[in-house]
Amino acid sequence: MADYVLIESRDPFEYSDTGYFYEVAADLSKAGNNVTFFLVQNGVLTARKGISNRAVDKLQKAAPGVKVLADEFSLRERAIIGGKLASGVTSSDVDELVDLLAVSSVKAIWH
Amino acid sequence: MTTSGEKSITIALMDPPYESGTTTTALRIMDTALRKGISVNVFAYEGAVNLTMRGQAPHPNPVKGTSIEEQDHPSTAKFIAGLFTLGADSPKLEWVNCGLCVDERGAGEWIDGPRRGGPGDLFKFSQESTNTLIIGTR
Repeated sequence: MADYVLIESRDPFEYSDTGYFYEVAADLSKAGNNVTFFLVQNGVLTARKGISNRAVDKLQKAAPGVKVLADEFSLRERAIIGGKLASGVTSSDVDELVDLLAVSSVKAIWH
Repeated sequence: MTTSGEKSITIALMDPPYESGTTTTALRIMDTALRKGISVNVFAYEGAVNLTMRGQAPHPNPVKGTSIEEQDHPSTAKFIAGLFTLGADSPKLEWVNCGLCVDERGAGEWIDGPRRGGPGDLFKFSQESTNTLIIGTR
């Protein structure tokens, strides 16, 4: 079992290839790995409450063990504040991301 | 380069300045790491070699009606110069600009701090770092 940090910076509504990245996260988790899925930049647009057919919902349904974090700075820039954050997504920050990256056994992938 | 026992993160960066939010995120990661005492190695290639250009000119903000001085525009070179202040010793910031990419773009006039190198530096950085993050562009 390995630890993965997958960083998604792209908006699923703009880049269809984000779907593959979400699938990688789900597959890694289903294979028994610890997976953190960190949303940043336009990647957080999927964390807004009320979005239909949400990529994060599909990910969490397929692999409930994936921990989904969203960069608070990116959320604020896009008016996803207070009650606007969808369930299942935890507000985080670059400080926590750096802590995750500063572990030698963690495999980090940026998309 | 860090000594044994110290933590360090290597980041490979490809985006040119003012192109995408990725540059801001990468600089935030570097800044946070250095403030936590974690050394940072950067391999800048392709358009990212323009990030450290010394001659980047600030501009006023016509929306806010501010002058160049009032706006104090945060150019990438100025931001990175600040990172070099944070990472002067321990933790340490090392920044390598890809030489071929620099020559292609005529982008060799940098702020103090970066040095010229090549992919071998990225390999060496990654071998000696706690972790490596490769940030590609589209």
